[in-house]
Amino acid sequence: MSSPKHEKGLARVRYTAVFIGLAAAFAILTVWNINTGSVHISVGNIARIIFLRAGDETEFGIVWKLRLPRIIAAAVLGGGLALSGFLMQTFFGNPIAGPFVLGISSGSKLFVAIVMIVLLRFVNYVTSWMMVLAAFAGALIAMGFVLLAARSIKQMSMLLVAGIMISYICSAITEFLITFAKDSDIVNLHGWSQGRFSGTTWADVRFFVIVVLVCFVLVFLMSKPISAYQMGESYAQSMGVNVKRFRILLILMSSLLAGCVTAFAGPISFVGIAVPHLIKMLLKTAKPILVIPASFLGGGVFCLFCDYIARTAFAPVELSISTVTALFGAPVVIAMLIRRNGAKS
Amino acid sequence: MGDYYFRTSDLSVGYNGKALIHDIEINIRAGEILTLIGPNGSGKSTILKSITKHLAVIKGDSFIADASINAMTYKELSRRLAVVLTERIKGELLTCWDVVATGRYPYTNTLGLLGQEDKEKVRLAMERVHAADLAERDFSAISDGQRQRVLLARAICQEPEIIVLDEPTSFLDIRHKLQLLSILRSMAKEKGITVIMSLHEIDLAQKISDKIMCVSGEVISNFGTPEEIFREEIINELYGISEGSFNIAFGSVELPPPAGEPDTFVISGCGSGISVFRRLQKEDTPFYAGVLAENDVDFQVAKVLAAEVVTEKPFEPIGEEAAARARALIDRCSRVIYAPFPLGTGSARIVGLIEAAREAGKLEETDKVFETK
Repeated sequence: MSSPKHEKGLARVRYTAVFIGLAAAFAILTVWNINTGSVHISVGNIARIIFLRAGDETEFGIVWKLRLPRIIAAAVLGGGLALSGFLMQTFFGNPIAGPFVLGISSGSKLFVAIVMIVLLRFVNYVTSWMMVLAAFAGALIAMGFVLLAARSIKQMSMLLVAGIMISYICSAITEFLITFAKDSDIVNLHGWSQGRFSGTTWADVRFFVIVVLVCFVLVFLMSKPISAYQMGESYAQSMGVNVKRFRILLILMSSLLAGCVTAFAGPISFVGIAVPHLIKMLLKTAKPILVIPASFLGGGVFCLFCDYIARTAFAPVELSISTVTALFGAPVVIAMLIRRNGAKS
Repeated sequence: MGDYYFRTSDLSVGYNGKALIHDIEINIRAGEILTLIGPNGSGKSTILKSITKHLAVIKGDSFIADASINAMTYKELSRRLAVVLTERIKGELLTCWDVVATGRYPYTNTLGLLGQEDKEKVRLAMERVHAADLAERDFSAISDGQRQRVLLARAICQEPEIIVLDEPTSFLDIRHKLQLLSILRSMAKEKGITVIMSLHEIDLAQKISDKIMCVSGEVISNFGTPEEIFREEIINELYGISEGSFNIAFGSVELPPPAGEPDTFVISGCGSGISVFRRLQKEDTPFYAGVLAENDVDFQVAKVLAAEVVTEKPFEPIGEEAAARARALIDRCSRVIYAPFPLGTGSARIVGLIEAAREAGKLEETDKVFETK
């Protein structure tokens, strides 16, 4: 047996390695993403375009208007999604809770559909503010229903069933709206609901970077009560956490993050479940103070990777981002469930 | 009132605004151990949860050193009171060290990082419960006994003035029960930490507690020292024991005596008869016992298991009256079991009984009685 001191040293090495690995992956994927596409631009040119803001005008446009905002969207929104998933898993004490599974993405979609289809008939254009507001409201309302169900349902499987049902109801209403929508709206909504990081503008970027980063900082500052909450509600309270207030804060944060991501990138599946789980496995700990930043970084890496595949796998045809995240995320979830059940029996 | 460190006043507890138990008056001094006993579902946990602020009280208040718990914030309370609960900890991927370290929560900064001093306290708390070697083990992969000790260490390093434990000994084997309770005992006596807990094992409650509270029904039936509470009628009534009995002196339970007309007489003394009595009880054979001095250890068991016990006053030689009664009963029986014990000058008449039984061909000695089984 190795001594506790020795093992603690090992743990520290592991944490450092995970963070360095994530940062390296992040950097490599970022460069890769800027570098690849239908128009090839050399690394030297890219560096000049980004840092000196000089170079060929078309290439300049491609890098600044298309590729950079998209990369930032994938990195920041992906991180936000992973964080949102981690918060929901903490809240429900349930490893496969996440914005997509619990019907929160569908709630957002419903409200975005209302804005895109119904509201557009009365006003000329919708701003990203309104979209975010709609998606956030949808997320909160769907979350509200899940919470209502969670109050009387303690079983984890039944809670998920409730989430899936809420998701169906939202989808049904959305479909109903689509029946009466203009073709152009349907195309817009469909494009939105497939999830994508393309078409992100700098105005969008400014907005969601602020929202997501503020949320990230707040969540990071909550890592102490979150660690207490992982022990269960009663213990958290006995450590001095005002559990009622904390629960509200937790749910607000996760809904705000999920709503914001969904508003800009559409509903993206599996990032919220798979990433925090992978991160915990890598770190071999569930300590929020480590898992929160690592999940945020990991979500960015995961989405950059998936977006890279989405863009390049069948170029020039682009896959929707959810197609790729599901392909890589779902096996992780399955593996996790098998592991858990294996550990129990 | 200043005399008492922890007290409740006019406390009513229950769920959803309905009082389950009312007029709870607890008064204990610092460093005392209060144990709540009572049947399952009697409301022990409800009272504990109300004291720890996990459950809103219906009426009344509790006071730690005259500070109202109702008025305290969770944060203030967390520096004075720590808990060990029955609920399972869901946490995954937590080492035992991590779990214990959460006890430092009320004292750490915004991010909850442990200082050198905190780490030292975590280490000491783990040592105190003999769990230092568990530090790096996964909390979900240790035994119940280890888990309970780790949770106690967690409570200890929260540096509370009061520790509240809900059935801390459930699921533990006898060795771990004793270990846990002796840790509590030394903590209370050496550090002056007040302990409030519920226990199922009334024999242990009797031995460890300074104060006992009996919980059953709407009001607290009894509150006092173990000497006051542990009387057969109180315990039998508290748990509604109608079959069998609880022996105060031994702190043990006995099953009800076999019914019917006895055909067996047991002659024993100095504890030689106890195993015979229990054996006969298991075989559902009714029996008489005697002649036992009332201070004989056999008497404690015989009085609840035998159909009749022939007795003599303590420290008196066996008298003629008792011997005559024994002889009368032996005459009714076809079998006399003799469990050998030191026959002194006071037991001359017992020797007479044994001889008479042997002559009548009724006598069996214990080594031979159960041999064939």
